[in-house]
Amino acid sequence: MGKRLAAVIGTGQTHHTSKRLDVSIAGLCREAAERALADAGLDWPDVDAVVVGKAPDLFEGVMMPELHLADALGATGKPMIRVHTAGSVGGSTANVAASLVQGGVHRRVLAVAFEKQSESNAMWALSILPPFSMPVGAGAGGYFAPHVRSYIRRSGAPEHIGAMVAVKDRRNGARNPYAHLKQPDITLESVLASQVLWDPIRYDETCPSSDGACAVVIGDESAAGGSAAWIHATAMRTEPTTFAGRDQVNPQAGRDAAAALWREAGITDPLSEVDAAEIYVPFSWFEPMWLENLGFAAEGQGWKITESGDTALDGRLPVNPSGGVLSSNPIGASGMLRFAEAAMQVTGKAGEHQVDGARTALGHAYGGGSQYFSMWVVGTRKPGER
Amino acid sequence: MADVAVVGFAQAPNVRATHGTTNGVEMLVPIFREVLDSTGLRTEDIGFWCSGSSDYLAGRAFSFIAAVDAIGAFPPINESHVEMDAAWALYEAWVKIRTGEVDTALVYGFGKSSAGDLRRTLALQLDPYTAAPLWPDSVSIAGLQARLGLDAGEWTEQDMAEVAARSRAAAGPGAQISGRVAAADLLAEPYLADPLRKHDCAPITDGAAVVVLASADRARELHERPAWITGLEHRIESGSIGARDLLRSPSTTAAAEAAGAADVEVAELHAPFTHQEIVLRRAIGLGEDVAINPSGGPLCGNPMFSAGLSRIGEAASRVMSGAARRVLAHATSGPALQQNLVCVMEGRS
Repeated sequence: MGKRLAAVIGTGQTHHTSKRLDVSIAGLCREAAERALADAGLDWPDVDAVVVGKAPDLFEGVMMPELHLADALGATGKPMIRVHTAGSVGGSTANVAASLVQGGVHRRVLAVAFEKQSESNAMWALSILPPFSMPVGAGAGGYFAPHVRSYIRRSGAPEHIGAMVAVKDRRNGARNPYAHLKQPDITLESVLASQVLWDPIRYDETCPSSDGACAVVIGDESAAGGSAAWIHATAMRTEPTTFAGRDQVNPQAGRDAAAALWREAGITDPLSEVDAAEIYVPFSWFEPMWLENLGFAAEGQGWKITESGDTALDGRLPVNPSGGVLSSNPIGASGMLRFAEAAMQVTGKAGEHQVDGARTALGHAYGGGSQYFSMWVVGTRKPGER
Repeated sequence: MADVAVVGFAQAPNVRATHGTTNGVEMLVPIFREVLDSTGLRTEDIGFWCSGSSDYLAGRAFSFIAAVDAIGAFPPINESHVEMDAAWALYEAWVKIRTGEVDTALVYGFGKSSAGDLRRTLALQLDPYTAAPLWPDSVSIAGLQARLGLDAGEWTEQDMAEVAARSRAAAGPGAQISGRVAAADLLAEPYLADPLRKHDCAPITDGAAVVVLASADRARELHERPAWITGLEHRIESGSIGARDLLRSPSTTAAAEAAGAADVEVAELHAPFTHQEIVLRRAIGLGEDVAINPSGGPLCGNPMFSAGLSRIGEAASRVMSGAARRVLAHATSGPALQQNLVCVMEGRS
């Protein structure tokens, strides 16, 4: 009894861009799904079930869009489930798909996550004022800027750390053919010269609004062929948005999820045992914040790993070799992109942004007011084989 | 793989409108208390939480996040959410227990339909480029389905009225609509959306429901007579209404066959329209001897995003109380029965 082995046997994504006016939502999702199936060497009838993830329906203005996507995703006549866990949803969707295989329910599951932000206005959708809630009215940046300020104050990090992350991720993105923003010539000076949007977050330190989709095919042991990213651990944790005792800079839910993740994966020292990390960094300062939250660094020390260059593509722990959320942000898909890019790293399929010799990789996503977390660890070898 | 059983169920009263917020907190807090008390579990004992709800019903993004306040989710919880009826959240939780990662799960769903114009809101479930801009509302689409069946001789308006009368007679105190009424009297009422009368349509309802699942070992500790899930399957059909045969429900048939629907004594069917109960009975192959919707069913109260979960809870309750040995529950989603789930449960001595 117990959990069956599951592996990522195919990944696919669209080219991410501001406005995909040439395709419908269904067409966008279809592109990613077809690439994932081709990567897995499978055809539509080989898929047993489909899991769809995306962030709020208000982002496109379609209620439960998976219903009309059934045909495009080859789900007609099959089981389909729709996951929504805020910005972490892409990761949660992959985790749910993994559980369908790990629970012995299906052999091959297609998971698709997307956001077509150009269909509506995410800033508006995030700024609706429900009764009894504190109005922010400034989208995600306005919500997170105080957390960043608090992190800087608490850790004593120098001001340029956020800009360093932006330079690194945008230059990494220039190596990724699917990235929305490709800025090989970006510099620390140019980032620091860009406009402050939400103090201390500058324009060049924020994620773009992207149209895009990502898909992964997850298979059981018999479905996994030669090249597979074995799923060593998955974790999800949630805490409430606000209460007096909540640490929004270093949330307990993220720490708990990471602790459960490393335990399940058999990892005792993440910094030395993880070869590549795709971490959900929509605003640049979240790299050092999440390095601490994930246990790669002690509290207050995350920025030192960033400053030393250890998170660069050729560093000790390359973070976001794909360019990350700072280079492409189709919100619902952004988490799955992290998970898929981690899988690409351990299967050696990351092309120009491949980390040499990556054998163990982290995929991470967070959502809501830093309260929803999903993550996985994938590896070249099967769990238990070292 | 691990056996899983239902060991607890509670639901909020099915009402036309609550005064609570759209995130369901006020409806959820009392029923969490009720189901935890009945199982002897505490919040921190629950291994996995999963909910079903809709941002569109709440009219805001991330409404399910505010619902987490009803849990008191600190220390943090292992949690997930489906933007679907919570019957599918139960499916996700069932899978989670099967992986062996957790041995208990609490599943909940909520919906405040009264907050908006439900008929118009549900039109936005259709293809956003070709169908939704025409605003075909949910009752009108069901009316087209009912008309097809009437014209094909599959059912009569009398058959439909009898479904409504039987449901109301069965409904208990928590239902929104109940009481004895003659089918002939119902047929004297005017049309709401020809050929549907008011009694053919589920009432607009606010509500919430919660179900607790447990693995084999835990289930026996938590309940004297758990409702063991012997089959849990779901299927979806095309999102293009014109591409479907609306007189049949092949997704229900396939789900029922895969779930092993034979020999059930009770069936709780999530049919928001009278004629859809007839479609579902045929799709599953339920005989005359099967008690359909002894709870009154969705025609007597249809809280969006929890009514399907309630069907599972209602059916399971009949096993847990010893009133039935083998039962079936069904949940639906999407226009005109597009997506369907079948859960078969049984008691074991």
